[in-house]
Amino acid sequence: MGGAAAWRLALRPGESDDCGTLFIDLGGRWRIDPGLPAPEILKEKLDASIRRVCIDADGLTDWDTALLGFVAGIGKICAERGIALDDSGLPPGARRLLAMARAVPEQKLTGRHAGAPGLFAQAGIATLEFIRGAPQMLGFLGEVVLSLLRLLSGRARFRARDLWLEIEEVGPRALPIVSVISFLVGLILAYLGADQLKLVGAQIFIADLVAIGMVREVGALMTGIIIAGRTGAAFAAQLGTMQVNEEIDAYKALGISAIDFLVLPRMLALMLMVPLLTLYSGFIGMLAGLLVSVTIFDIGVFEYYTETLRALEFKQFAVGLSKGTVYGAMIAFAGCLRGMQCGRSAEAVGHAATSAVVTAILLITIAASIMTVVYYQLGI
Amino acid sequence: MDTVPHIEVRDLSMAYGDFIVQSGLDFVVNKGDIFIVMGGNGCGKTTLMRALVGLQKPVAGSVLYSGEDFWNAAADEQQRLKRRLGILFQGGALWSSLTLAENVALPIAEYTGLPQARVEEIVAFKLALVGLAGCEDLYPAELSGGMKKRAGLARAMALDPEILVIDEPSSGLDPLTARRLDELIVELRDSLGTTIVVVTHELASILSIGNNSIYLDSESRRMIATGHPQDALKNGHPKVRHFLTRGGTK
Repeated sequence: MGGAAAWRLALRPGESDDCGTLFIDLGGRWRIDPGLPAPEILKEKLDASIRRVCIDADGLTDWDTALLGFVAGIGKICAERGIALDDSGLPPGARRLLAMARAVPEQKLTGRHAGAPGLFAQAGIATLEFIRGAPQMLGFLGEVVLSLLRLLSGRARFRARDLWLEIEEVGPRALPIVSVISFLVGLILAYLGADQLKLVGAQIFIADLVAIGMVREVGALMTGIIIAGRTGAAFAAQLGTMQVNEEIDAYKALGISAIDFLVLPRMLALMLMVPLLTLYSGFIGMLAGLLVSVTIFDIGVFEYYTETLRALEFKQFAVGLSKGTVYGAMIAFAGCLRGMQCGRSAEAVGHAATSAVVTAILLITIAASIMTVVYYQLGI
Repeated sequence: MDTVPHIEVRDLSMAYGDFIVQSGLDFVVNKGDIFIVMGGNGCGKTTLMRALVGLQKPVAGSVLYSGEDFWNAAADEQQRLKRRLGILFQGGALWSSLTLAENVALPIAEYTGLPQARVEEIVAFKLALVGLAGCEDLYPAELSGGMKKRAGLARAMALDPEILVIDEPSSGLDPLTARRLDELIVELRDSLGTTIVVVTHELASILSIGNNSIYLDSESRRMIATGHPQDALKNGHPKVRHFLTRGGTK
């Protein structure tokens, strides 16, 4: 600061006649600038003897609302202490703007941001939200089941084109990422297994481990988690945006089932494509296992091939496919549920997408645990 | 025009949780009316619209269409009543994955079972009526705000509804486009006898097209019955006159 363009401020107690008055002399250029003083500077000069504050702005050459913020701050301090403020020395424009700002009294609207709740309160709110959300979730589940029943009886209507678009988006376009992850997982399985099996000289059983592991469990799980992140989130974002645009309301207002039109094709696409991707994932995993076995652990290609064939029974495929179908349904359910529940803002759409992935993975975990235990008990 | 009640609203109250949006609403919309629901921002206009068209259940009261109570009707009865309504949402609410033609065609195909060629004919005519001839294959994302509104109107009129409910027809439109839309609304009433409920705060529209109106007050959370907007302007409730003159009266 310096030169004629800089702001000037002087606080000077009045003398003789003006005893009890504090004069604020403003001068120079008061435009928005990080160096401008804070109104708190006044507090130091205010003592019990001062009954009145008077602003003198004769030296002011240039100003913007930064000046008004400063004056408003001074006004607040004066009001708190019951000191009169005389701002008649300000330029007329500044006084008019200050008057407009004071015209509507401060409103006591807290909005939804009534302070951040504490840790326990947050835990309580989250629990209550979950409990309140449960009937909604069940209601949505019921609607989806009804819609599936309508489909089976040939009364549900949606456009075949939507189903094909979803199938293309969910299936073929997910192949690269499913390939990469499945290959990695197959590789890891083979390495881990081979290390242990080597101790008992039974490396050939790598083939069994990788084949059964990938086809039965890991293929479906990996595919499920990838699709939850890739497609579940997309579903929530799509339906959420439709909610924001009132498109879902437009269906409802016409008495057309948004579930039939929007949820059903997505549900079917995932229930068809996730099992297929699961098969594919198992295949890629076995390729990775083969690669590791042949190059690192000196197992012949043909040996590995026959051992894999011996290990794989039909029931392994049945387990993998059933899990894929259930996971697909879970992902579509979570994605569509969160999308349909979405609020009417951009933030809500983001929240819906996040929530869809979390819900989908949670549902997959629960389903995976139950199915694994049940299949084991049934001896499948 | 003889006055036959078309929509009767009886002691209607709407709320979000504990927050009462409007209570004790009581009014009648006659056949062939252009009925204006007006009021300041946040007074509950859109909420009232949602309660009228069956999107949000009111906490009390009833909405009667030609004497039939909507909210106390069975689900399939509600469905039948909904078919008599056409709705133009604020942002158009066109289905984003469908082209304009498909947007207009969907309600027709859903409800009438007309052959494809007949549906296409009707769609082309409806789009031409709102000045969008030749835009059949455009997607909503390719349209300007005004075009979306007009396309939304074409869809709302798809089934030739007895009642057209329009939320903020002119918001976000330039004055000329807004005026053309107003003219179209009046023309629909005059030629087809459609009853039209317009939710708006645009003074130009209120005063030029409305022949009956209510004012929703955002302070008392109740309605002020007003009648013809021009009468309301001359000798209505002071609050309504204040509103209709942009605060020009005390």
